[in-house]
Amino acid sequence: MNRINQKLEEDKKILSIYFTAGYPKLNDTVKIIQDLEKNGVDLIEIGLPFSDPLADGPTIQKSSTAALKNGMHTELLFEQLKDIRKTVSIPLIIMGYFNPIFQYGVEAFCKRCQEIGIDGLILPDLPLDVYLKDYEAIFVKYGLVNVFLITPQTSDKRIKQIDNASNGFIYMVSSASTTGATTGFGEEQKTYFGRIAALNLNTPQIVGFGINNAETFDQATQTTAGAIIGSAFIKHITQFGIDTISDFIKTIR
Amino acid sequence: MNYNADEKGYYGEFGGAFIPEMLYPNTEELRQNYIQIMEEPSFKKEFDQLLKDYVGRPTPLYHAKRLSEKYNTKIYLKREDLCHTGAHKVNNTIGQILMAKKLGKTRIIAETGAGQHGVATATVCALMGIQCVVYMGEIDIARQAPNVARMKMLGAEVRPALSGSRTLKDATNEAIRDWINNPVDTHYIIGSVVGPHPYPDMVARFQSVISKEIKSQLKEKEGTENPDYVVACVGGGSNAAGAFYHYLDNPNVGIIAVEAAGKGIDSGESAATSVLGKVGIIHGSKTLLMQTPDGQITEPYSISAGLDYPGVGPMHAHLYRSGRGEFVSITDDDAMKAGLLLSKLEGIIPAIESSHALALLEHKTFKPDDIVVINLSGRGDKDLDTYINYFKL
Ligand SMILES: Cc1ncc(COP(=O)(O)O)c(C=O)c1O
Repeated sequence: MNRINQKLEEDKKILSIYFTAGYPKLNDTVKIIQDLEKNGVDLIEIGLPFSDPLADGPTIQKSSTAALKNGMHTELLFEQLKDIRKTVSIPLIIMGYFNPIFQYGVEAFCKRCQEIGIDGLILPDLPLDVYLKDYEAIFVKYGLVNVFLITPQTSDKRIKQIDNASNGFIYMVSSASTTGATTGFGEEQKTYFGRIAALNLNTPQIVGFGINNAETFDQATQTTAGAIIGSAFIKHITQFGIDTISDFIKTIR
Repeated sequence: MNYNADEKGYYGEFGGAFIPEMLYPNTEELRQNYIQIMEEPSFKKEFDQLLKDYVGRPTPLYHAKRLSEKYNTKIYLKREDLCHTGAHKVNNTIGQILMAKKLGKTRIIAETGAGQHGVATATVCALMGIQCVVYMGEIDIARQAPNVARMKMLGAEVRPALSGSRTLKDATNEAIRDWINNPVDTHYIIGSVVGPHPYPDMVARFQSVISKEIKSQLKEKEGTENPDYVVACVGGGSNAAGAFYHYLDNPNVGIIAVEAAGKGIDSGESAATSVLGKVGIIHGSKTLLMQTPDGQITEPYSISAGLDYPGVGPMHAHLYRSGRGEFVSITDDDAMKAGLLLSKLEGIIPAIESSHALALLEHKTFKPDDIVVINLSGRGDKDLDTYINYFKL
């Protein structure tokens, strides 16, 4: 069984951390992954930086620009990760925009992911219909979970289609926003979380965007399987460096 | 072969909607409604009326006699430079502001590079009394001060795009991010035949008035609707899409798209996407784009800010790949010369974008009895500083 599915069967709320590969320093990738696992994080999203990250707010934009400037690129990330399974067993997801993966070759990319021990992909700009038509078979062949996003604006009908196409978890974007918004959760989120819970989906949901402390983590995981933190983590390592990851995780749970 | 968008917005292998789920409801609302709205008699009537009374259409199709003499062929100029605000861009913004009203939107966002599309958007927002926010790269704001001032006079808020390379592609990213954050009340008026479906098709339809007029005007002057060639410059490709639109399916009409070679194709400073680009995804569309082998989008260069885009609309990628269109690239120097030549021979100072299309005449020999229509997409007022610096005027 895929490590993501295994993890989702455990009786606990999942804490997932996103970070941008190659940031703050080019070769921080492996150490960040090891420290996140050591500190009890349940799932890691490794961001493959892109020049034009449409769905991201300023924090992840800046970390992506910096990572690219540091020299990060697809092949180098695979190179850095090639022995990662010798030291960690935590589920690993690569999150990135579609163009770099399309240039690498989708099949070649998925094959490398399997060889390394990557468990899934999140590609926000690979739409559902294109995935089903052109790429689902490849993802399945290489044992990769594909994670789709939904938002408060996504209709019930489309959520059900996404539920059917999913084989890991659904990424529930908490509000109509890019990453890193910090307005907290209000009535809109309550209604939205309630609506999704009532749909009784087959696929577990993990909430992302706007989670930055214990309070928002708890709110987000009341009716869902877990929550994802990205911008707040990147802000922390930008300010305090990567040797203080445990301090950050303690502020969440 | 079909040269228009299919139902899912594909032109051959190009196009589609490669967008994050956050944008799906926005584009889906537009996709489901745009054709129906455009075909409503009340919409058509208002659109046509504004094009006539406000934009000043039809724009003349002018037989450029002295230019024709010099190049020993028959040259017509389609005078989009005489449109209100100085370029073809306003055809699209008029259409989209009416679309936004029909969809009940109360806030408009747009991206702009040189500021032409930003001005055209701010203009129609002023006309309709609708709030307008224009995203513009920080670097472009500094080098296009007069257009920034025009947008402000028209009541728009100009927001600097501070991310990435801080130019047009980043302004487009910022506009898309704004739309993600404001999915309900906001309409995004994109400035060319780029972006996710249905934008390329919708913008092409609004601009298609250009070739519609060319047909009837040429019929009157030459007794035929069809020239031998239609020539237009391509940044994203909206003026070209409009000039080509009603000729796409007529193989007797040659279609020539002119891209900006910048300082030369191999100089590392160019915007000739058909030559330098590879298939990829930019701003939600699968098309040809300039990128690193690793799939990072690169910064193009052209002396003309309006041609300075790393991609090209999916319609044009398809015209190129299928061989239906002939693609030529013109350097800064050749474009500048062509701009000066038109000024001296015909008393018309063209936008530097349009000068690229005119420069084709030095690179391709036409027969004396060929009818060549060149789309003069804009006037040169906005480019005076560049002309002054270049020619030390
Ligand atoms: C006068 C003029 N022509 C052409 C263009 C290029 O745009 P497009 O290729 O969409 O026509 C611009 C863009 O700013 C312009 O201002």
